[in-house]
Amino acid sequence: MPLVDIQNLHVSFPQHEGLVQAVRGMSLAIEPGESVGIVGESGSGKSVTCMAALRLLRQPPSRITADRLILDGVDMLKASRNDLARVRGKVASMVFQDPMSAFDPVFTIGHQIVETIRAHTDASLSTAKEQAVALLDRVRIKSPVSILNSYPHQLSGGMLQRAMIAMALSCRPKILFADEPTTALDVTIQAQILVLIKELQAELGMGLVMVTHDLGVVAETVDRVVVMYGGRVMEEGPVQAIFDDPRHPYTRALLNSIPGRTPGKQRLTEIAGQSPNPVNPPSGCPFHPRCAVALPDCATTAPATRPIGPGRAAACWGLQ
Amino acid sequence: MTAPVLELRNLSKTFQLPRKGGWFAGYIDHHAVRDVSLTLPRNTILGLVGESGSGKSTTGLMTMRLMEPTSGRILIDGADISALTPAALKPYRRQMQIVFQDSYSALDPMMTLARIVAEPLHIHGIGTPDDQTEQALAMLDRVGLHRSYGQRYPHELSGGQRQRVAIARALILRPKVLVADEPTSALDVSVKAQIINLLLDLQQEMGLSILFISHDLSVVRSLTDRVAVMFNGRIVETAATETIFSDARHPYTQGLLSAIPVLNPRDRRPRRFLTAEEIERGIPRLPGAGTSPALVQVAPDHLVEAVAG
Repeated sequence: MPLVDIQNLHVSFPQHEGLVQAVRGMSLAIEPGESVGIVGESGSGKSVTCMAALRLLRQPPSRITADRLILDGVDMLKASRNDLARVRGKVASMVFQDPMSAFDPVFTIGHQIVETIRAHTDASLSTAKEQAVALLDRVRIKSPVSILNSYPHQLSGGMLQRAMIAMALSCRPKILFADEPTTALDVTIQAQILVLIKELQAELGMGLVMVTHDLGVVAETVDRVVVMYGGRVMEEGPVQAIFDDPRHPYTRALLNSIPGRTPGKQRLTEIAGQSPNPVNPPSGCPFHPRCAVALPDCATTAPATRPIGPGRAAACWGLQ
Repeated sequence: MTAPVLELRNLSKTFQLPRKGGWFAGYIDHHAVRDVSLTLPRNTILGLVGESGSGKSTTGLMTMRLMEPTSGRILIDGADISALTPAALKPYRRQMQIVFQDSYSALDPMMTLARIVAEPLHIHGIGTPDDQTEQALAMLDRVGLHRSYGQRYPHELSGGQRQRVAIARALILRPKVLVADEPTSALDVSVKAQIINLLLDLQQEMGLSILFISHDLSVVRSLTDRVAVMFNGRIVETAATETIFSDARHPYTQGLLSAIPVLNPRDRRPRRFLTAEEIERGIPRLPGAGTSPALVQVAPDHLVEAVAG
């Protein structure tokens, strides 16, 4: 049984301009211990999918519907507050892009990690503190005790992200959702954090969802990739297959637009046009206005996600 | 040979930071930029790479005289502008412009795009107001925003579009030098490619020279002719871009290159990270070098920081 089972997820937010349709029929299944990358650009719905999976979006204003939204056997759409509190942290936890705004600035790192541990277990204060030290040690922080007594503003971005990962792992979740965990960091720190996340994933045998707009991060860390655009899945499959033989025109365009692939100063292959407007998404396939090989059908009817090979699927009329 | 369009000579910036220990503990010197010398030849793009805190943005701001250097000189087309009064500097401002990373805070939210882009013309008193608007609209069109965008406001645009406006504003004076401080770092992959292409096209078309400040080596590889690597306020290596990628000599440059995410999962490899101390210890030892670290020529057009040993 998959650990995460999402079928036909829709998420929308009413706003001034109209209803923002952030996710429009997303399906995703993740087996225990599996690592999956969700790739997409701003507004593709990748972060909202994760937030919705953990029910971290306030309802109302947000509207979440799905045929299935199940995390470790718990129906997240029907879950009570208590159920949710049990799932969050223990089954699944999340690491965000900006660790500075994810920590409360007026409490020490230690206070916040201890609070998390004690909210989910009946550990005593002293046991929780010991566990916090062990956690910081586990995320390779060199002087855990002094970090524990530091306030968020006293730490660098990389250090804070490590502390946040420690906090996310404090209740041994079965799956970690990492939402652009390295986007705000320098290249070398990014590489270190990615190595850390991979090592921890292997050590703890947990699942990983890596949400990113950076195909390099995906190439580094995950086994399977889901490419999102305009709130829908465009293509998914094993990471090597996606990089070697991208089938969906959007995936191809995305891979072609990566800078620095070949030596020399040169123009890049750009994707003309702009991301779709989530208030008024294009009819049919969301990518068709920018697609170089669009067919007449693409503008009228959205293609369903169909299998296109071992472990692979894509939503494209051109492939059916 | 004509003078390079931009030259930095022994530029340094020292900030005084409050010492830990309370109000009366005094100050400690922080050397953000130390003795940086760079030349930007005409019609080229020079990448200035390094991590947060390496001093690359400080160098960019000093180049623009938006921050006063502690010491050193800035030459535009051979003319020393480092000591000019604001009034004497004004004509040179036409020749050098800057684009920042965060286009949202760089554009006045109360102004229409046409006014934003026309403002430099207004400040420098170039043309009549009608000419200024017409030129601004033409420039918007050139950077890929239809003239009708002239009446819009910054908040109506996406990040990529705002960055196009910032570029239009910087280039409307036809400057010789553009300092671009991480202009693509906040953008999505497909938009990033669009902005890189725009910069490449405009550079060719206008004969621009660009100081491109970035921590993203993949972008630097596609966009620049030459690279200067900064670490701890110093330039530690400079060479033609492909030389940096194929034959980096300084441990910091090597570390930076090995941190770039792979472009294919097949190339995943174990990584080793150097600490700042390991980098300092690993500075190349060359016979001809001095006793303190300084740039030494190791090949034609390839300088690396080295010490005697």
